[in-house]
Amino acid sequence: MADLFDLLIGKEGDKDYKKKPVIVQGITGKFGSFHTQQMLAYGTNIVAGVTPGKGGQKVEGVPIYENMKEAVEATGAKISIIFVPAKFFLGAAIEALEAGIKLLIAIPEHVPVKDALTVVELAKKKDAIVVGPNTPGVIIPGIIKIGIMPASPFKAGRIAVISRSGTLMYEVSHNLTLANFGQSICFGIGGDPINGAPLIQAFDTIRDGANIDGVVVVGEIGGDAEEMLAQHIIDTKFDKPVVAYIAGRAAPKEKRMGHAGAIIYGTYGSAESKVAMYAKANVPVAKRPAEVPMLLAGKLGKGRNK
Amino acid sequence: MRLLEYQAKSLFSDYSIPIPQGLTSTDIDQGRKDAATLGFPFVIKAQMAVGGRGKAGAIQKCHNADEFELKYPEIMQKVVKGEKTKAILLEKMADIKKELYLSLFLNRSKRCYTIIASGEGGVEIESVKNQIIREVGVGDVDSKTAEEVGKEMGLRDKALSQFVTILQKLSKLTIEKESELAEINPLAVLKDDTLVALDGKVIIDDNAMFRHEELRKFQEVSELEERAEKSGFSLVELDGNIAVVGNGAGLVMSTLDMLSDHGGRPACFLDVGGGATTDTVYEALTLISKMKKVKGILVNLYGGIVKTTTVATAFIKAYENRLIDFPVFARMSGAEADKSKEMLKGSRTKMFDTIEEAINAAVIEVNKNG
Repeated sequence: MADLFDLLIGKEGDKDYKKKPVIVQGITGKFGSFHTQQMLAYGTNIVAGVTPGKGGQKVEGVPIYENMKEAVEATGAKISIIFVPAKFFLGAAIEALEAGIKLLIAIPEHVPVKDALTVVELAKKKDAIVVGPNTPGVIIPGIIKIGIMPASPFKAGRIAVISRSGTLMYEVSHNLTLANFGQSICFGIGGDPINGAPLIQAFDTIRDGANIDGVVVVGEIGGDAEEMLAQHIIDTKFDKPVVAYIAGRAAPKEKRMGHAGAIIYGTYGSAESKVAMYAKANVPVAKRPAEVPMLLAGKLGKGRNK
Repeated sequence: MRLLEYQAKSLFSDYSIPIPQGLTSTDIDQGRKDAATLGFPFVIKAQMAVGGRGKAGAIQKCHNADEFELKYPEIMQKVVKGEKTKAILLEKMADIKKELYLSLFLNRSKRCYTIIASGEGGVEIESVKNQIIREVGVGDVDSKTAEEVGKEMGLRDKALSQFVTILQKLSKLTIEKESELAEINPLAVLKDDTLVALDGKVIIDDNAMFRHEELRKFQEVSELEERAEKSGFSLVELDGNIAVVGNGAGLVMSTLDMLSDHGGRPACFLDVGGGATTDTVYEALTLISKMKKVKGILVNLYGGIVKTTTVATAFIKAYENRLIDFPVFARMSGAEADKSKEMLKGSRTKMFDTIEEAINAAVIEVNKNG
């Protein structure tokens, strides 16, 4: 597995330390061009865009290429962010991975499960990390923002946030920031049933980061990712404080609550099942986003988990 | 999209999975013709996307015309767990020796399809005993795997070979139609050892519908849900009286939870999405205005990219046009929140600094007004 912090920041002494080059796929669309501007304003080193038929033009001063192969050859970038419509996602993702991209941020919502599965299989072969689809992206506050999140909720610090929801990632980070808990990384895994980097994998890519004092996991109903993470925390004896939040306790069964992945079948995916498993792993679950920093303070005050 | 039983069975039939002879109608005139074609006795089955129909009396045996005249209208009126009967399936009765369980579902954490099977089917999956669970990757189920599963279920000879065929067909259906779940429960072994799918449940990946024109005919969304989809937001209707609106599925779910914790009853879940504009929020308010049960709106916005003033403008316009006449309780955080507060001063939209305060006010006020 590629190292996430190495991809996003690099090592001291690297020529592009804290300035890792990023390519934007679908840069000329309304969404793509707006967020390119926002990411540039944050300081992200966007070096190229790709839109077939528009090679040679520029958006926000960023040169556009016809395809990913050309863009990667010209820039050496290993990171790409995709803004194309869902039905073109599969093609764009394959092109990126084939061109040598090692970290793919997949923004589109409504990607078919079959296409997501295909991309996951290919990413495994290529030793690449896929974040999303249906993700707000990844941000290391103060260093790099690759995604559609607003900048204001985030502040540099030592808490890692992993979230299945976009706005809840902003909301929880905002609450953490207000309580003076800055973030070392905020990682949106995406709201779909199939995640390029599922909860456990996302957790494993950040757990050993030297800059992490604790982890906040923002989950929601649907699937069993939280249950598996809880078991993983127990099995691997992770000893830093972990605090969770789960949205959707009041949601009815068998109704898709906005996110394609937020649906309960029987007890599979229910909040009760997740809370029960977290309890076994000694992970407290906040009742509301504002409670997260309080629980975290409690955990940090007590020192190490368990 | 969850298919109704008769729709799932029509797919089964396309894939040569055996089903009982049956006919579907939506009114009693057609039902009488179907009854004449089938001949008594048969089973009358309410078509609704919910489990537990048998217990609720939405599936009943019918032996003669008198019974039919009584039971058809009764079952047509049935409501089970909030779901109404959409159509009626009349189906020939089967001579059952044994009931099995079989399903293929998308295993999200393992990121592959998984078979669940049991020799003791006919009850809801939670109660199915001796479950055999096999992860099968993302391709077709091969005959060796299918045979192993069948043997483990206790099937032999003719029944086993039929089971292998059915499981492989079901796998083909799952992959080609991009379903998240395809379930046959019960899969019946008849007295003559032939297998037949007595019930069917298929859930299709909504996001793949653009590749499946042939399934469009099965798609049934309420007018409100359809309008919501067109405007790019998600709407789920619920049975309370406070409409919950926000940006982002997680944030709206979270708001729903907090409202319920405080004794409020949500009337709907409405996520205006990340690309909300004044027009789309106005459209959201238009949809809510059509829900008669709504007595108030709770708004939770995390304005980042979407400016809160964009949303405030929509509310002002909605009151001016008399689109809504109930109170709005709003928490808008982030971009231009102060300006929004100023804009909404004196209107029936009350602004709060935290969602907790907005919820308290909403619950008190709406309960006061009954």
